[in-house]
Amino acid sequence: MLRLIRAFTALVLAFAAASSQADVTLLNVSYDPTRELYQDFNKSFAKYWEGKAKETVVVKQSHGGSGKQARSVIDGLDADVVTLALAYDIDEIAERAKLLPADWQKRLPHNSSPYTSTIVFLVRKGNPKGIRDWDDLAKPGVSVITPNPKTSGGARWNYLAAWGSVLKKGGSEAQAKDLVARIYGNVAVLDSGARGSTTTFVERGIGDVLIAWENEAYLSVKELGPGKFEIVTPSLSILAEPPVALVDKVADRKGTRKVAQAYLEHWYTPEAQEIAARNFYRPIDPQVAARHEKEFPKVNLFTIDQVFGGWQRAQKTHFADGGTFDQIFQPGRK
Amino acid sequence: MAAVLDLPMSVVRPRARRVAGVPVALVGIALAYLTLFLFLPLFAVFFEALRKGWGVYAAAVADADAWAAIRLTLLAAAIAVPANLVFGVAAAWAIAKFDFPGKSVLITLIDLPFSVSPVVSGLIYVLVFGLQGWFGPALADHGVKVIFAVPGIVLATIFVTFPFIARELIPLMQAQGREEEEAAVLLGANAWHLLWRVTLPNVKWGLLYGVILCNARAMGEFGAVSVVSGHVRGLTNTLPLHIEILYNEYQFAGAFACASLLAILALVTLVLKTWVESRVARETVI
Repeated sequence: MLRLIRAFTALVLAFAAASSQADVTLLNVSYDPTRELYQDFNKSFAKYWEGKAKETVVVKQSHGGSGKQARSVIDGLDADVVTLALAYDIDEIAERAKLLPADWQKRLPHNSSPYTSTIVFLVRKGNPKGIRDWDDLAKPGVSVITPNPKTSGGARWNYLAAWGSVLKKGGSEAQAKDLVARIYGNVAVLDSGARGSTTTFVERGIGDVLIAWENEAYLSVKELGPGKFEIVTPSLSILAEPPVALVDKVADRKGTRKVAQAYLEHWYTPEAQEIAARNFYRPIDPQVAARHEKEFPKVNLFTIDQVFGGWQRAQKTHFADGGTFDQIFQPGRK
Repeated sequence: MAAVLDLPMSVVRPRARRVAGVPVALVGIALAYLTLFLFLPLFAVFFEALRKGWGVYAAAVADADAWAAIRLTLLAAAIAVPANLVFGVAAAWAIAKFDFPGKSVLITLIDLPFSVSPVVSGLIYVLVFGLQGWFGPALADHGVKVIFAVPGIVLATIFVTFPFIARELIPLMQAQGREEEEAAVLLGANAWHLLWRVTLPNVKWGLLYGVILCNARAMGEFGAVSVVSGHVRGLTNTLPLHIEILYNEYQFAGAFACASLLAILALVTLVLKTWVESRVARETVI
């Protein structure tokens, strides 16, 4: 019996001990649609770092709804860097867990957002419901798929894009609220993350239109068969800036600050910008952007600072408990 | 003995003939139900897994992240099952063979993981061991990681699987009564002898049955583990979580390939369970 226990313990230890072969391991906690982007980027960075510092680096990834991922970092998930969907989620980490300074967004160029995107519509082939712009989403009989703004960063961009489109056309706050309320009245499935919504629309075949990140829309067309879906770009949309940040306290504890910092700075090289463009994210480098001009349709873009006065205010007005989203979205009570 | 058994059979037979259509209909309904809800999905898992050929299947299963997930799943089960085995035997022995105050409270507590949603079981650990939780900051100061690491996954697995063995043993031990133990004590057996020579041999098949169920759930658990995992691929992903990730990354063949591994585990469990049941049936007849 004793021998059996000893053999068993040895086996368990052998299982536990396996792994760890790189000089440095980083953990990047990211949001939902960046899975393919960071697969490419991590390879590029590993090559760059090996050449520069003669160290092998492995970047581990964790993906999920942006708000949920921020919550995990607050609760102790050891992220060296966070690359989330919106600044507010990183603000939360700074405020609640004090893992990085409150002015983190000023530490890297372009509001710490090395790539941008916008919000577009994905519709079924031939656009049977004739969806062209935000108003069309509110029409009776149109079934809309978008994730839950309480947990998903992409969903919050979707929500604010719809809201802002009314304001930018000269409409009032009340008109904006009315349009958004009618759009959410048409929502068939409210997933917790952007990728879940994409799967609902594309794989499970539910809904007439998916409100999605531009990159996510292009990716699903590429992955799941061109010719099955069409991308519709609205006349007006929001400039989505997904930021990246070093999590100082974690990186310092693990002694990875130098690599983690270099990892984020690598985003601002032409090579990395090219990777962003290839994965359908809009590059911020003007030269790279010029090379890919044709792939990204010109959209009239407004920023969150212009229309909503920044993320802190937008979050409070729209997504906090009792905010406009809670007022308009009451499932089962139409 | 045989004559005694024959008597009730001959009484039942004519009645069964009168309602001959009923068993056929019942079997038909059961088969249709099973086909719809069990065989079809099971077939779909293997069909989808192999749709792109054996090469893709083998590649998905041999992938480094998949291996890490398999290893972690086996590790969690390898710790959770023995831990619950010890706990289950101790709890069942105490409840079935001894009287003590608070016995009904203990029985209720054992059932707790069955009545609590797995997501809540996961959140409990986040609240207790998370960085903003009760012990999280103190543990972090000493460099101990519980949630978003292997210990958290093992804890969550133990929590959701701990009723299986105890629940299996308690009714069995209660049904067997205390006479044999009392006789053993009168003959001078100590507690250790009592457990090894009298109680355990009587329940060994029930115990094995509980272990098999416990193991199946430990390897398949999704909800509680998902909450405490952090979803770091290659580090804190168990096999069920890995399947979800692959599915979300449009790698459907890979997702179903890994799902087929879990399905095979389920089938093996089913075969073992049937075998154990037949042994139990034979032992009770003898």
